[in-house]
Amino acid sequence: MNRVIPIQFIGERVLDLIFVLFGVSIIVFLMIRLIPGDAVAIMLGANTEITPERIANLEARIGLDRPIIEQYFNWISNVFRGDLGTSLWTGRSVVEEISSNIWPTLELTFLSIIVGSGLAIPIGCFMAQAKGNTAEVLIRIGAIVGLTIPSFWLGIESIFILSRWLPGFASLGYVPFIQDPLGNLQRMILPVFALSLPMLANLSRLVRSAMLDALSQDYIRTAKSKGASRQRVIYHHALRNALIPFVTSVGVATGYLLGGAIVIEQVFAIPGLGQLVLGAIAERNYPLVQATILVMTSTFVLINFFVDILYALIDPRVSQK
Amino acid sequence: MKRLLLQDKLLSFAGLFVTLQVTLAIFAPIIAGDPIAQVIVSRMQGPSSTNILGTDQLGRDVFARILFGYRTSLITCGIAVLLALLVGGSLGMLAAYYRGWFDRIVMRLMDVLFAFPIILLAIGIIAILGPNTFSASIAIAIVYVPIFARLLRGPSLVICESEYILSARAIGASDTRIVFVHLLPNLTSVILVQASLLLSGAILVEASLSFLGLGSQPPIPSLGLMLSEGRNFLLLNPWPAIFSGFAILFLSFGFNLLGDALRDTLDPRLKNSKEN
Repeated sequence: MNRVIPIQFIGERVLDLIFVLFGVSIIVFLMIRLIPGDAVAIMLGANTEITPERIANLEARIGLDRPIIEQYFNWISNVFRGDLGTSLWTGRSVVEEISSNIWPTLELTFLSIIVGSGLAIPIGCFMAQAKGNTAEVLIRIGAIVGLTIPSFWLGIESIFILSRWLPGFASLGYVPFIQDPLGNLQRMILPVFALSLPMLANLSRLVRSAMLDALSQDYIRTAKSKGASRQRVIYHHALRNALIPFVTSVGVATGYLLGGAIVIEQVFAIPGLGQLVLGAIAERNYPLVQATILVMTSTFVLINFFVDILYALIDPRVSQK
Repeated sequence: MKRLLLQDKLLSFAGLFVTLQVTLAIFAPIIAGDPIAQVIVSRMQGPSSTNILGTDQLGRDVFARILFGYRTSLITCGIAVLLALLVGGSLGMLAAYYRGWFDRIVMRLMDVLFAFPIILLAIGIIAILGPNTFSASIAIAIVYVPIFARLLRGPSLVICESEYILSARAIGASDTRIVFVHLLPNLTSVILVQASLLLSGAILVEASLSFLGLGSQPPIPSLGLMLSEGRNFLLLNPWPAIFSGFAILFLSFGFNLLGDALRDTLDPRLKNSKEN
């Protein structure tokens, strides 16, 4: 088959990407401008006497006395140079803070994508073959339960149950993979399970309906009539076409996972970006809040950009629209 | 409507399930006792005849706290979904109706808001507004605006292309009249289905936020907060965490099933539209 790389399509997507990232950066920038007026006073710290001169001094230091457009351009050009500002209380650079906390979150999200989307395909195919009213209703209700079960509750209860039945099982905290690969993976089992279940429910429902759609197409009848085996019809002909909408949904689901990871990290005491951003909010460390949101959102936007491109490569019809 | 309800068992089950929970929330002060009253001598009790779901670490009745938690959750999320529907839905409808540059600008702005992971944007908004019930409501509303705009723009585009809109325009109906009298009523089923599904999602988001300490603050009875407090006493008294978790699940599940069943009954064509 002849695969042409759709240059015009990719060009349009790149423009979209630039626009969305620009918009995101403006919103994130405005967040720090919209915080209540006493924020500068808070930044001075509890031990300093607050005088108008001190406030004016600090405002000048962080550039708050400049016109807002100039402030934005200063900030964004610093971002491009890899300078996301300084954490207020520790004095460390925000980039340093983020890079020491980003790995647990990335690992948790990545493993959840693998588990959630990997299991969704066989489960969805299996569900597509289930027939009859009872099976239909059970699948439907099961999928909705999976979708609406609070993942943090699932996490809490699984810790509780495991602590009763397997007291020696380490389920809390985080160990870097290079230090102790087994300990790392062991601690990831429960969080990944809790985080990926709603995604698994959503995606397997999607695979199921896409499979049912694909199985009713003419080319399936053709494949059957030329004598292809049942397995070959399902996994070779139907699944390949059913996977197309699946790819986009995996991209969208990463947003859910990144957000969900913040909550799950809290349950399992994992020192990731979630702990960083929540801690930063509690101590009103605004530059850190701003930078973490910017980094996580940009990651999400970039993932969806690559998914779109991938989508166009798998399905040439998309770029011809 | 009555006939449809009877036809679809799933829909009537979902309807009953949701109605039951909403009724419990409305009549909470009559059905249950005081959710804040502390009876220190009977702390951390399991279910019994006096406290059917037991008591928490301060001796407060878990059943009463769950019913009042339903109230907090339904009011916070109800307001959020309503606001998002008003703002986002109108934007989507108007974008589809006017097309052109207005459509492009509005949908571009929606793309930007949509680019944020839901919980993360909500956290950012709460960082600005300060953690409380009201902020949680506003945060969820803002997060849902682009979702409603996208969901209503699609069907609106189709309807605006139809001949009766063209004829309404031909006989000189004003824009306002076309949008409110001809377009909006045709979107009712989409709106009902999506509002129910999004309410289900909002309940989970609100619970997550208050679990993280960014939503309702103590002593307001809130399901997420109960779960987070219950977690600290899990080994001594697992009941509050178990029951409040089930409460969140039931509430969110009810609205999701209702939206799902409504979708089949009201408009089978919607069956394959975007899942949430």
